[in-house]
Amino acid sequence: MTSWGRVARGTQVTTRPRFRDLLPATLEANGALSGTSVLPLGLARSYGDSCLNSEGRLVDMTGLDRVIAFDAGTGILRAEAGVSLSALLSLVVPRGYFLPTTPGTRFVTLGGAVANDVHGKNHHLAGSFGCSVRRLRLLRSDGSRLSLSPEESPALFAATIGGLGLTGMIEWLELSLRPIGSAYLDTENLAFGGLEEFFALSAESAETWEHCVSWVDCAAGERSLGRGIFMRGRHRDDGALRAHRDKGGLSVPLELPSFLLNRYSLGAFNALYHALGKRKQGLARTHYESFFYPLDAIRQWNRLYGRRGLYQYQCLVPPETAADAVAALLRRVAASGEGSFLAVLKTFGDKRSPGLLSFPREGTTLALDFVNRGAATLKLLGTLDEIVCQAGGRVYPAKDGRMPAAVFRQGYPDWQRFAEQVDPGFSSDFWRRVAA
Amino acid sequence: MSRAETGARVIVLGALSAIAEATARLHAAEGARFILAGRDETRLGQVAADLEARGAASCLCRSLDLAAAADSYAAFDEMVEALGGVDYVYLFYGLLGDQDAAERDLAAARDIVRVNFSSAAEWCLAAARRLQAQGSGVLLVASSVAGDRGRQSKPLYGAAKSGLTVLVQGLAHRLAPSGARAVAVKIGFVDTPMTAGSAKGGPLWVTPEQIAPKLRRFADGKRPVVYAPWFWRWIMLVIRLVPAPIFHRTKL
Ligand SMILES: Cc1cc2nc3c(=O)[nH]c(=O)nc-3n(C[C@H](O)[C@H](O)[C@H](O)COP(=O)(O)OP(=O)(O)OC[C@H]3O[C@@H](n4cnc5c(N)ncnc54)[C@H](O)[C@@H]3O)c2cc1C
Ligand SMILES: NC(=O)c1ccc[n+]([C@@H]2O[C@H](COP(=O)([O-])OP(=O)(O)OC[C@H]3O[C@@H](n4cnc5c(N)ncnc54)[C@H](OP(=O)(O)O)[C@@H]3O)[C@@H](O)[C@H]2O)c1
Repeated sequence: MTSWGRVARGTQVTTRPRFRDLLPATLEANGALSGTSVLPLGLARSYGDSCLNSEGRLVDMTGLDRVIAFDAGTGILRAEAGVSLSALLSLVVPRGYFLPTTPGTRFVTLGGAVANDVHGKNHHLAGSFGCSVRRLRLLRSDGSRLSLSPEESPALFAATIGGLGLTGMIEWLELSLRPIGSAYLDTENLAFGGLEEFFALSAESAETWEHCVSWVDCAAGERSLGRGIFMRGRHRDDGALRAHRDKGGLSVPLELPSFLLNRYSLGAFNALYHALGKRKQGLARTHYESFFYPLDAIRQWNRLYGRRGLYQYQCLVPPETAADAVAALLRRVAASGEGSFLAVLKTFGDKRSPGLLSFPREGTTLALDFVNRGAATLKLLGTLDEIVCQAGGRVYPAKDGRMPAAVFRQGYPDWQRFAEQVDPGFSSDFWRRVAA
Repeated sequence: MSRAETGARVIVLGALSAIAEATARLHAAEGARFILAGRDETRLGQVAADLEARGAASCLCRSLDLAAAADSYAAFDEMVEALGGVDYVYLFYGLLGDQDAAERDLAAARDIVRVNFSSAAEWCLAAARRLQAQGSGVLLVASSVAGDRGRQSKPLYGAAKSGLTVLVQGLAHRLAPSGARAVAVKIGFVDTPMTAGSAKGGPLWVTPEQIAPKLRRFADGKRPVVYAPWFWRWIMLVIRLVPAPIFHRTKL
């Protein structure tokens, strides 16, 4: 059993109930009532240890993958928590709906999307995933089954959105979908030469472009610091409602030897990516599959990072400090010669996330991945933490497998209020690390 | 019957099986109309709601113990009437059972035979009767590679599935002149609740979602007895060829 980053590994007892009525017995059988901790698991697309529970048990929720009700008139959908975004899209796109927001992979479950209160390229308009959750059913280890909504049960609802699976098992949830007139988007790629241009493009696009994200060259030296490609898109209205297909695609069959990823290959890749992006600038008509999920086209791409796996580092810094902090982070990464293929930069809007531990808030987020080179990598990430903390920012638990407790507590000042809502029968490796 | 045909009438005996549900979803996407038969009413309702959201034109549920029907002919005819005819009949319910328990307790032994063979045989006869009379439609039965060679770990289950395969093979022969068909699928290792006790992983294991499209295809195919996935044909060939003195030294 391992998460997407493949750093932490271990065998782990998992059970996979296929019907909702089995959940209470599943909790009992796994000891959630008798001292062993339990953690619900989705599709394990979290990178670090927030979806692992090496001292307890995991309950694989993907067997609960049924739609309960879908109203094609209002776009309100109620479905079990194990339904994947991919399955959901195949169902609702032909009927003219899309997810309210989506992360960069469609192979995550609804439960996982709620538990990390995930964000997408449209955060500046739609807010986080939790903003579109109307209601959910939570099973606690004391046997209670609660129907939570922001109005009726604000405290537990706010703890469960972004609650990292620690407040109980989400059985099902109800979501408002976004109506679309096409499965295609008008997209535009623009090269930018530095952070100032990036912030200007973000501000200029915020109102008229629903989806915005940027790739940034994190190997670039001082002269081209913060250069990148700004990608924006908005749904078309041409009536072409063709959903993606999950079959086929490429898969990485083997782990790549990690020495292939070094300062030179990374620098070369980034320079090439920038040059190609610059050449491909301009408008296009793009299917949602390639716009939102380019990485899903290569299954198990995480194996490219070799036997020891990878660390993701995603942080968020508030608007006041964003420009300086992002520059400082990029400088630090470029100087280290470590650093990533796909560094992603995006500004978040001011729509409040509903969760106590929700990662998104107004500001700028930067996501990087690093080959795991042991102590050296951890040291580098530690220095990034310092920059983020000084800027009043935070690090994303979904992508994290090592942030020190102090960094977590500073980034999430509501964590103690959250802790009061944690179900005593639930825990995770992440939670033991940051809260114990 | 073409695959694209919408509104096909589908009866699923054992609709709560993981493989059954994955297969039914493929029919749902084609707009099928269903009868879903299984034991638990609430779960049947959940499966039905999901299939309807996935495109099924309608789902009727029949909650019953399929291994204890007093009159399978009458029960089956009722299902066909309720659907207004039938195009696909799937038989998925089954019981792996516990061989050691069966040896201690004959009631448990009888259960394995009754669930996997005797009751299933009655439903197969009931289905064949209707399909033959109408001269169209297909009966697809979930059998198992376990029926290809008796093994010490599951001799009863293997025998029951072996009997089932031969029964369906015989019915296929019998139906052939009418235009209706019967198919026995010898399924290999699938990760479902039935196999929850086994160590899984490795190249032989597949998911219900992987096996379902094959079953869907076999339902429209020509062959009366097939392996799924295909490689089991060759694995079982080898297993059948191993001489008894050597085979008896294994723990299979
Ligand atoms: C390529 C890639 C791109 C990504 N892009 C983004 C992005 O753009 N934005 C973003 O926000 N994230 C992104 N992520 C992270 C990913 O969206 C989150 O980690 C997501 O939560 C994973 O969902 P999952 O179903 O795999 O859940 P898991 O990783 O299995 O679990 C995540 C958490 O959800 C909990 N959980 C799962 N099911 C339930 C349930 N039924 N009830 C209660 N708790 C439950 C678990 O306990 C765990 O705490 C990306 C990940 C990858 C691999
Ligand atoms: N999984 C494999 O590796 C494998 C391999 C070869 C063949 N098969 C065959 O494939 C078929 C489907 O099995 P599966 O793997 O999908 O397992 P499964 O999910 O455990 O399904 C078995 C189903 O049979 C039902 N059932 C058992 N006795 C019944 C009865 N008396 N009345 C009504 N329903 C009854 C069970 O219902 P309850 O929940 O009510 O018990 C359950 O839904 C079975 O015939 C099995 O023998 C499976």
